[in-house]
Amino acid sequence: MVRNSFFRYSVLIAGLLVILGGMDNPAGSQPGKAQDQSSISAGDEKLQPAYGDMIIRGSIGDASVLLPVLATDGASFDIISLIYNGLVKYDKDINLVPDLAEKWEISDDGLVIRFHLRKDVKWQDGTPFTARDVEFTYNLYVNPKTPTAYASDFMRVKELRVLNDYTVEVIYPQPFAPALGSWTQSIHPRHLLEGKDATKSELKRHPVGTGPYCFKEWKTGEKIIVDANPDYFDGRPYISRVLTRVIPDLATMFLELKAGHLDQMALTPLQYQRQTNTKWFKENFRKYKYLGFGYSYLGYNLLDWKFKDKKVRQALTTAINRESIVQGVLLGLGAVAHGPFKPDTIWNNPNVKKFPYNPDLAKKMLAEAGWKDSDGDGILDKDGKPFSFTILTNQGNQLRKNAAIVIQRDLKLVGIEVKIRTVEWAAFVNNFINKKDFEAVLLGWSIGIDPNQIDVWNSKKTEAPQLNFISYKNEEVDKLLELGVSTFDPKERKKYYDKFQEIIAEDQPYTFLWVQDTLNMIQARFHGIKPAPAGIGYNFTKWYVPKPLQKYQITP
Amino acid sequence: MPYIVKRVLMMIPVLFGVTIISFAVMKAAPGDPVTLVTDLNPNMNEEAVKRIRTHYGLDQPVHIQYIKWLRNMLMLDFGRSFAPDNRPVIDKIVERIPITILINVLSMILIMAVAIPIGVMSAVKQNSLFDKGTTLFVFLGFAMPSFWLALLLMILFGVELEWLPISGIRSLNYQDLSFLGQIADRAEHLILPVLVSAFGGLAGMSRYMRSNMLEVIRQDYITTARAKGLDERTVIYRHALRNALLPVITLLGLSVPGLIGGSVIFETIFAIPGMGQLFYQSVMMRDYPTIMGILVIGAVLTLVGNLLADLCYSAADPRIRVGS
Repeated sequence: MVRNSFFRYSVLIAGLLVILGGMDNPAGSQPGKAQDQSSISAGDEKLQPAYGDMIIRGSIGDASVLLPVLATDGASFDIISLIYNGLVKYDKDINLVPDLAEKWEISDDGLVIRFHLRKDVKWQDGTPFTARDVEFTYNLYVNPKTPTAYASDFMRVKELRVLNDYTVEVIYPQPFAPALGSWTQSIHPRHLLEGKDATKSELKRHPVGTGPYCFKEWKTGEKIIVDANPDYFDGRPYISRVLTRVIPDLATMFLELKAGHLDQMALTPLQYQRQTNTKWFKENFRKYKYLGFGYSYLGYNLLDWKFKDKKVRQALTTAINRESIVQGVLLGLGAVAHGPFKPDTIWNNPNVKKFPYNPDLAKKMLAEAGWKDSDGDGILDKDGKPFSFTILTNQGNQLRKNAAIVIQRDLKLVGIEVKIRTVEWAAFVNNFINKKDFEAVLLGWSIGIDPNQIDVWNSKKTEAPQLNFISYKNEEVDKLLELGVSTFDPKERKKYYDKFQEIIAEDQPYTFLWVQDTLNMIQARFHGIKPAPAGIGYNFTKWYVPKPLQKYQITP
Repeated sequence: MPYIVKRVLMMIPVLFGVTIISFAVMKAAPGDPVTLVTDLNPNMNEEAVKRIRTHYGLDQPVHIQYIKWLRNMLMLDFGRSFAPDNRPVIDKIVERIPITILINVLSMILIMAVAIPIGVMSAVKQNSLFDKGTTLFVFLGFAMPSFWLALLLMILFGVELEWLPISGIRSLNYQDLSFLGQIADRAEHLILPVLVSAFGGLAGMSRYMRSNMLEVIRQDYITTARAKGLDERTVIYRHALRNALLPVITLLGLSVPGLIGGSVIFETIFAIPGMGQLFYQSVMMRDYPTIMGILVIGAVLTLVGNLLADLCYSAADPRIRVGS
């Protein structure tokens, strides 16, 4: 069945285009569907924030486990983030701000962080939250018996001391800049977990946290319901209930949205640009787009003789029309990437060397590097070998496959032959990446909130299964990244990362391709949504539906 | 009944063989439940990988893993899932089996109810307009991609006419409904899935029925019945149909394991949390205990289904009774 999925989606999309094209008008003219909007012009005082109503969100996957220490998937964290808190959190501009800790001090040498915790926080079962819960959470993560994916940041801690019920001191053996950010990790309830095996805990399916929403119900593969926590320390959330429906198929989800059964879903570029511009959609929904936390790239295997010369890599980037990829493949919903940071964050260095599309210049650069078409077959060659390579990408990602096709055409224009191969993910990693048996890969990285980049670029991280699989080696980059994680002062840090980005831009070990927009559609009755660099979810507890527009009566 | 005892005893080595082959094939697939989570994930260090691997016992040699699994299996312990939820496999299966069986049984009944009359009529009026028309109809169902038909029906009945729910197995306000309301709600949600899944299965059963019937009609005893002067209705329905129905028993027996297997595409489109999705996700995550659990249940049902079919067959048809 997997093999057929491409066929399936292409037919489906073709089918949908035809079908949706023909039904836009009737859907828009159904009177029952637009009634939410009837009182929207009734004056501003009616649109004041109010408690109540429910938001129904669509999700393609079900959560797997609601205990943060064990969860690894996005669908689980979507729910977990409504139920649990960390000591600190990121605000709309991606700065660290207080959450369970009301303030903190960092010692001058950067080795000690002292957290002062809020005294007014209760677990959702009524037990007070104290420093013991923080200590317990730390011990849970570092316990070698806990099968967690997220122990690494806590393993750096030398000691955690509870000074009193509301003060915790964390001591690091050496300065570690991402340390503060690692305390965004959810704090677990000691009184419910201590002395028990976390992997068999009740809390996996009935979580108890300190957060804005309390767990209510979970029907596997169907839906998860959470209700507003009236005693939430940061103020009771306006929306009374969040219902997450599991609908694995995007086409079905879109139909549910059209039928008015969903209030929020993530859109594909095609849905965003082409299928949601009707009058009915404009009246009933608002679309949101903002840069996502991830970039895609074409990575060159630097052990391959063809890619050893940076002149060649610069020429390849110059020959690839990235703007046309963003326009054609992403339908304009994204931005060209020039480095490994998100363009709208403070860490991004906008002044790095860029290689705008210029096929003639690319040809000249390749000629300078010794690549000429000496046998007249239209393909460049050097030392009798033609410039021909394979772009490898993982199966199931249509965007990457389409981008590879555009790149194939672009490079053909400068005399480079490209073949494209897609491989199932596990085989892709085991048989190609880990064995370094590839010439170029088209992949993506998610962009962490902390600028730490050691894992991907350090010259010692090139052995499988480490992440510098293209074998990039640059001593200066190694030094800069080391300085980056051991410096606390953001200004100082930024200097190191700016320099790092300049070197990466010059070396072009990757051709950075694009940063994709995250696309969301939300029912128009929801107010208070303010897109920011962090996305839209950061102020979810302040979203509201004005009283006259409320659709559902919620009795908890 | 030495025959039955022999048959049942024969099932043991077959079942054993099935588990060995399944286990080997599963292990031969690249990747394991740990690497699928940890590969190319900057948050994972080697320590974490080792930790998770030890937790699942994946650091042991393959044959030890198999023997451990087999030992638990003999005590009917399916083990715990390797998915992050780490729940007992049996819970995950039991949670999803009812809806899958319900849809499969209903669609099987619908197929029988429609396909058998079609098959019989097509055979009786061979090459007539009715025969050709129904042939076209059932093959249309066979050839049409089910997800496409499903989407068309969802758009028509769900979005445009608003007669039926689009997806899922019950409404969001299900708990607030009366008992009868709940049954009606369930039924509404079942209509489209059952229709779509039955439509694809009509061809097989009706063509099978048609060829059985054609074969039977040419038998000497039918000629005899006609020669006796019986009217055509009696000939067809009392003498021919009964004999033509016999092979259907085998077909039913073979479809027993199919009752717990769902189609991934189908369940994905209708957002039905059934066995198809569970199996697909388990394979994608290399969730070995869940995969093995479903395969073992499937193998047992196949063997039992075959045995039952053979027993029923010999009970219904005196010609193949064993040992007489």
